[in-house]
Amino acid sequence: MATFFGEVLSVYSRAVEEEEEDVDEENEEDEEIRRELEQKREVVLHWSPEVSEALRSGNKLQCSDFILAVGHNAASFLSAYVLSSANWDAVGHASVWNERSRAVTGQHSEESACVFHRRKDNPSVLICQVTCYLAEDQQFQWTEKVFECLQHRELNVMVLSDGSVADYKTADYLCSSSAPFLRSLHTGAFSDRPVCQPLEQPNIITGLPAAVLNHCQVHRVAAVVYQCYSDVIGPDSVTMETYKLALTRLGRSIQLDPSPSTDILRKFARTTDIQSNLYI
Amino acid sequence: MFISSQNSEPSFKGFTLVMPAVAVGNVGQLAVDLIVSTLNMSRVGHIHTDCLIPMAGNNPYATCKEDAEELHTPAEVYTAAELKLAVLQIRAPIVQTKSKKFRQLLLSWIKASGFSRTVVLSSSHAYQRDDQQLQGTPLRYLVTPSLLKVSAHALKELGWREMERVSAFPGLTDANTEPRLYIPGGGITKGLYTDSCTEDLPLAVLLLFCSEGDNIPDAFTLVNHLNDWLQLLDNHSPEPNKWKIPPSWNLLFGSGIPPALF
Repeated sequence: MATFFGEVLSVYSRAVEEEEEDVDEENEEDEEIRRELEQKREVVLHWSPEVSEALRSGNKLQCSDFILAVGHNAASFLSAYVLSSANWDAVGHASVWNERSRAVTGQHSEESACVFHRRKDNPSVLICQVTCYLAEDQQFQWTEKVFECLQHRELNVMVLSDGSVADYKTADYLCSSSAPFLRSLHTGAFSDRPVCQPLEQPNIITGLPAAVLNHCQVHRVAAVVYQCYSDVIGPDSVTMETYKLALTRLGRSIQLDPSPSTDILRKFARTTDIQSNLYI
Repeated sequence: MFISSQNSEPSFKGFTLVMPAVAVGNVGQLAVDLIVSTLNMSRVGHIHTDCLIPMAGNNPYATCKEDAEELHTPAEVYTAAELKLAVLQIRAPIVQTKSKKFRQLLLSWIKASGFSRTVVLSSSHAYQRDDQQLQGTPLRYLVTPSLLKVSAHALKELGWREMERVSAFPGLTDANTEPRLYIPGGGITKGLYTDSCTEDLPLAVLLLFCSEGDNIPDAFTLVNHLNDWLQLLDNHSPEPNKWKIPPSWNLLFGSGIPPALF
């Protein structure tokens, strides 16, 4: 596109990518590369032997509460306030590869990116922490694969999700003292009252929390997403504490430690990978 | 696939389906928003597919506090039974590698539902127009042979301009390529149209040449154009602007301005 000054600029559309010609003319080699790439990007769930046994021949896990944490603050919150009580077993993880995955240095980093925990004394309560990036074409797949393993009757789903206050649109300018704060979105089947205000239009959520909500909405599962808008990049104890409100409803199913020790908090609120001192 | 949000499967037999293509300026989608909002259409189901990028939000057409907390998904179907009108709204981009799959999904759903005709609202990059397209109206239409049989007279009366075929290599005279249909920035529009011709489906495309920016006026242009044909609104209403803007159109260009800036 030419501008008034005579420069030629490339034009981008926020709606569509450059039109790709029909891929029918792909040759065999291209097709094979495409297939291999698709296979590599597949989400694979790895369960503990006990759970795999329970899931044999199409059976599903009995599950009354499934709590999903997406993002570092949400995941660290669960680690510090819930999972530190040692009442939980790690029962599986999901391996997800996409172009943003860093080269896996050892099994450890791959396994910790998406982990499932189950309560020892009440195995129908399941927690999952997702700290890795899930690409747009993997979010639906992850959701379908995980929910395929859970029985849907009387299942309650709660998603804790990190968000940036920069993405939150409001007519009155939000001064920084109001962040972090929670907003909720729930499916039609969710009959309880959310612990915070609903997410106002024109705000939306995207990513894995949205994929989970979509699945629960069409399959009539009670689900609620608590999106936490924070002005801090990275794990932060104030942001983590904001999620406490969300878990109060779950009471006995989740034994919440209302004030974990500073040591525990410090472990999770460390600044990860200081690559640059320019921004704190 | 289509999943009903009510307790029974809705019937679309004989209905007209209006749907947007995710295209430059999101004009088709904005136009569909106006239709759903103005006609107060009710949601009857979702198109649940892995072909669209996931998103979720509360009711974009909320009129009061009570219905504001209803969850909405990337692709939903609304109906206005008294007008025999169904509308599919698509709120998210199509996953890049799944464009063909999505087209096929849509066309098989359209066939199975028994719609009497489908109208696709779309747009195309204004900067890619050739010399003849630069003049006159920016609106174009396309219609499959199957629909032309039924609507030829109506379209002729409206005096609409059909989308031109353009040469593949403008300016090159010795290239022996036929002029072909080219809808840059139209997303799956061309694919939907050509597939519908092949499968003998009654489908029309209404598109507008536009650029990215504030596309609200473009949406009004397109929806008024559609209304000239389908007569969705009561024409005797005195107000010039008869379309109702939904609350989801607030803050299209970001939050309010911090007062400390000045």
